Amino acid sequence: MLDRVLFDLFAGLAILSAILVVTRRNVIHSAIFLITALLATAGIFLQLHAEFLFIVQIILYVGGIMVLFIFVIMLVNLDVALHQMQFRRQWWVGLLLAIALGAETVAAIYIGRLSLPGPNSAPPATALEPNTELVGRALFTGYMLPFEIASVLLLVAMIGAVVMAKRRT
Amino acid sequence: MIGTGHYLFLSLALFLIGVVGVATRRNVIIILMSIELILNAVNINLVAFSRLVGSVEGQVFAIFIITDAAAEAAVGLGIIIAFFRNRETVLSDEMDLLKW
Repeated sequence: MLDRVLFDLFAGLAILSAILVVTRRNVIHSAIFLITALLATAGIFLQLHAEFLFIVQIILYVGGIMVLFIFVIMLVNLDVALHQMQFRRQWWVGLLLAIALGAETVAAIYIGRLSLPGPNSAPPATALEPNTELVGRALFTGYMLPFEIASVLLLVAMIGAVVMAKRRT
Repeated sequence: MIGTGHYLFLSLALFLIGVVGVATRRNVIIILMSIELILNAVNINLVAFSRLVGSVEGQVFAIFIITDAAAEAAVGLGIIIAFFRNRETVLSDEMDLLKW
């Protein structure tokens, strides 16, 4: 029962702030609502017993990526863009595309609904505990190579961002 | 009690809102933020299935996706700053240097 209330709360918050992210005129408002959406998603992760991912989401997304976004919004002067048209002239094409994609996915879930087990047949939450230890073990044994490649990717992205944003002399 | 289907529909809703944002907005920064929303929706799916299967591997994949999102945001914002310095705009339909 409490589970249900929490899920509805977090899901409603996430969807509401996501809608506000794509409709607000002021970019800084969009960024603030994106932070709420990401925090609500972190709550969903906690409810799914993914405690490590919950902390990673808050520290990395909300604390890292969003600060980067807000810094760039401050650096880029947006006063002019604020009074211009916010949506493309062909916005209805994108909307139609999204509706078609949504209908397709709902149909796919509906056709495959019998292969999804019922709410009560999920394995007990204890199968994923202790969460951080299991994630660390998987990362450093079975997924060692992807883990190292991800660190190289981050290094390349860091150098790339610095080179890209550097002022040409 | 909440089944996996609930998480699938939540993830679908967030994904579609992100797609609408990418396809309709003109501001490049909001397009990048919509991409973050899309990646986040995928993470919800992965974690929900990780719980359903009772295996931690979905969460490992979600961590890799968060890493990719960080790299993408850093490079994307670097490109936006470089572009703004040259053209004084952040609107995607004014980025037409390759248009004939």
